[in-house]
Formats: sequence, C-alpha cells, structure tokens
Amino acid sequence: MNTPADRLTIRLIVNGRHVEREAPARRSLADFLREDMGLTGTHVGCEHGVCGACTVLVDGQSVRSCLLFAVQLDGAAVTTIEGLTPPEGLSPIQQAFCDAHAMQCGFCTPGMIATATELLAEHPAPTEAQIRDAIAGQLCMCTGYVNIVRAIQAAAAHRSTPA
Amino acid sequence: MKPAPFRYARPATLDEALSLLNSGGQDVKVLAGGQSLVPMMNLRLLRPTVLVDLNGLPGLDRITPRPDGGISIGALVRHERLAQDPRVREHTPVLAEAARHVGHAAIRHRGTLGGSLAHADPAAELPAALLALDAQLILHGSRGPRTVVAADFFQGLLTTALAPDEILTEVRVPAHGRGWGFAEVARRSGDFALAGVVAVLDRPAGSAGSCVSARIVGFGVGDQPVRFLEAERVLTSARPDPALAAAAVTCDPPADVHASAAYRRHLAAVLTEDAVSQALARLDDGGRA
Repeated sequence: MNTPADRLTIRLIVNGRHVEREAPARRSLADFLREDMGLTGTHVGCEHGVCGACTVLVDGQSVRSCLLFAVQLDGAAVTTIEGLTPPEGLSPIQQAFCDAHAMQCGFCTPGMIATATELLAEHPAPTEAQIRDAIAGQLCMCTGYVNIVRAIQAAAAHRSTPA
Repeated sequence: MKPAPFRYARPATLDEALSLLNSGGQDVKVLAGGQSLVPMMNLRLLRPTVLVDLNGLPGLDRITPRPDGGISIGALVRHERLAQDPRVREHTPVLAEAARHVGHAAIRHRGTLGGSLAHADPAAELPAALLALDAQLILHGSRGPRTVVAADFFQGLLTTALAPDEILTEVRVPAHGRGWGFAEVARRSGDFALAGVVAVLDRPAGSAGSCVSARIVGFGVGDQPVRFLEAERVLTSARPDPALAAAAVTCDPPADVHASAAYRRHLAAVLTEDAVSQALARLDDGGRA
C-alpha cells in the first residue's frame, strides 16, 4: 500500500462476517456499507462529521463513518445497526427505544443506538448527565431527546435487572 | 458531499512517507485521524490528489516518559487516549483535561494530537494547551528532523511552521506542577469553544506570594492561540489575584454568527479568572499536602 492507488482491495470484518472487496480510495465507510454491502441501516446526513447519523462501531469504538475512507479500515471490525440487531426481534436497547417512543422519523436512530450501546458498555448505570453528554454528538432533527434519554435509562435499568 | 477523487497510500516507514510527500508537492496531504481533513475534503474545500495515510507507520502512537520528567507523545496518539492515559494524566494533567474537551467521543476516537496541531484551528484546545506548556514539536523532513517550540509553530489561521514536505512525528511536553487550570465555553457539549483559557502557574510550595512562572493562553479569541502576557505579568509581579489577572486580559477576537467580538472578549476575561482560580487552588492544595 505504499504506492498511491485510486482503488484498493481491503479485508475487514463487517458484523462478524469476513469481507474482501475492492473499493475506490474516495469511498467513505458509510457509502461502502450502504452501497457495496447493502447495509442501508447506516444513515448519511451531513457528510462532514456534525450530525452523527452515520455513527457505527469500529473495533468497538463509536466513529463517524462519513469521516473514514473504507480503505483505511483494512483489518478492522465494523459493527453497524444490522450487527447490533439480534437475528430474532430487537435488542434490549432497541426495544427500549420502541417502548419509550424514542424515535419519530427514525433517521438518527441507528447512530443513537450505536452510541447508546457504547455508553452502556462503559457505564452500565449512567447518570442522566452522562447520557446527555454521550448523545450530544447525535442530532435528532425531530428534537425527541427527552424520550431518547428515557429509553437509554430504561435500557440501563433492564440490564441491571437479573433475568 | 463526496470528496474529489484522489489516490491513497499507506507507507510502512517514515522514509517512504517522506518520499511520497516529496513526489507530489502541494497536492499531497497527510492523513492522520482525518477528523478535520476529511470534512474539508467532503466540502471540497481541499482537493488533494494523493493522501498519505500515516497509520501504517510504527511507533507514532507511543507515549514515553522522558528522563527530564517530561513526556514524549507520538503524533498519532488519539484524543481519547490522551485524555485517559495514566502517564499523560500524571505528567501533564492539563493536556489530558484539554483532550477531554475535544469534540465528541466519536471524534476523539479517531482524531490525533499531531492532526490537531498541524490543522491549527484557532478554537482548538490542544494547540493552546501545548503553547501554555511550552512544548517542543519534532518535524521530520527530507533534510532530517528539526525541533520547533509551540510559540514558533503556530503562525496564524490554519497556518503552522510545518513545510509541505514535513511530517510532525512527536511532541515533547515538559512536566508541570499542580498549578493548572482549564476553562472553556461552548454552545453545546462537544462543539468548538466560543472561547477558552489554559493557565499553567508555578510558585514555591507553601508560598502565597507571586508566581515564579505563569503562562496563560486563550483559544477561540484570535487567529491562533494567544498568550495573555499582561495577565501573566500580574501573576508574577504581585500576590496572585485571579480578578486582577482577568482585568489585564487583552485580545482581539473574531465575531461570527455564534458570538460577537465583545462577548468573546468578555469570555476571555471570565475564563481567565476561572482557570487562574483553579490553578491557585491546586497550588494551595499541594502546599498543604
């Protein structure tokens, strides 16, 4: 990879599946997921890192997929909203979003779920302030933040309840 | 929008990276974390023909304590690590605090120290912190490495001493004592600050007299990080008083849709008082301990 190229072959793991694809250098991770992998759950909003709609997890950490080129992801593991969804039904976080009416148009939801997943992995019982800080980089243009905070609180409570 | 087409290379050695930079002149750009470069490419404000990705270079993500008590930080260290690393928090806690305030978590997971410095946004936290800390930056070019102090590195709006054929590889930060403070005001958590202040003060343990050293730097209040020299003199010439330091702040901030110049000037004074108060409180705690 030390000679400049306009297309490169990359190997990465997407939602647990090994993938080998050729991608143009200019293809963002967001477009690679949507156009090349058919994973349209990752939403593309502002395309310059402000809105947070395209947030996915790379090696477990939240990233803006519009600010990464797919060719940078050679060897990485990417998790999208499709990968955060169980084969049957919904994850507890997703169910909490439904129960709390935490989505209106749904455009910000995949990024919100990815961010909430990371938050709850690091802070199983977050304070409201921690939740608000965590989602500060995720814009909901319906302004439904109150219910989003409630949903994340409910998901955290669900986790701390023994099954 | 999508970036204009470009070619991408990920060299495995610094020499390869430097020869790639030399081969293409001004149209070659270095890619570190991409959290400033890629938005500018997506908005077509920049159209490089070649991107040289530094993430394949070994060793640029190291954090190493130095024999003089300072710390060496590789240019590819990402903000989140800078904020969390125990050695950074021990040797230079003000830098860890500044890193914690950069953008949102998703930005901090990718953005790098070197990238923030080379981009030199006047409202960015890390350039201001490194100016306050009198850090040294190591730049590698085809003629070998050179060392530039932070005060000479930042030269204006998005402008630095970094030549087009050079790569910033390392930052050397002197250790500082307990006398540090950090304060900023942003409209929302994670936004670029409207204004902010970094204060690094020192005085002998147990003393309530004047500071032996004081560096106070504002960000978001000029075209680059700005030292508040008059405020520093107030603290080194008499018994330190945060309000007197604040009253001595002078700056010529920009106005935009988010804040007027007068409001930013007001913030620079208020935040100086806050940052100096924090620093003095920490010095007092240290004196008692």
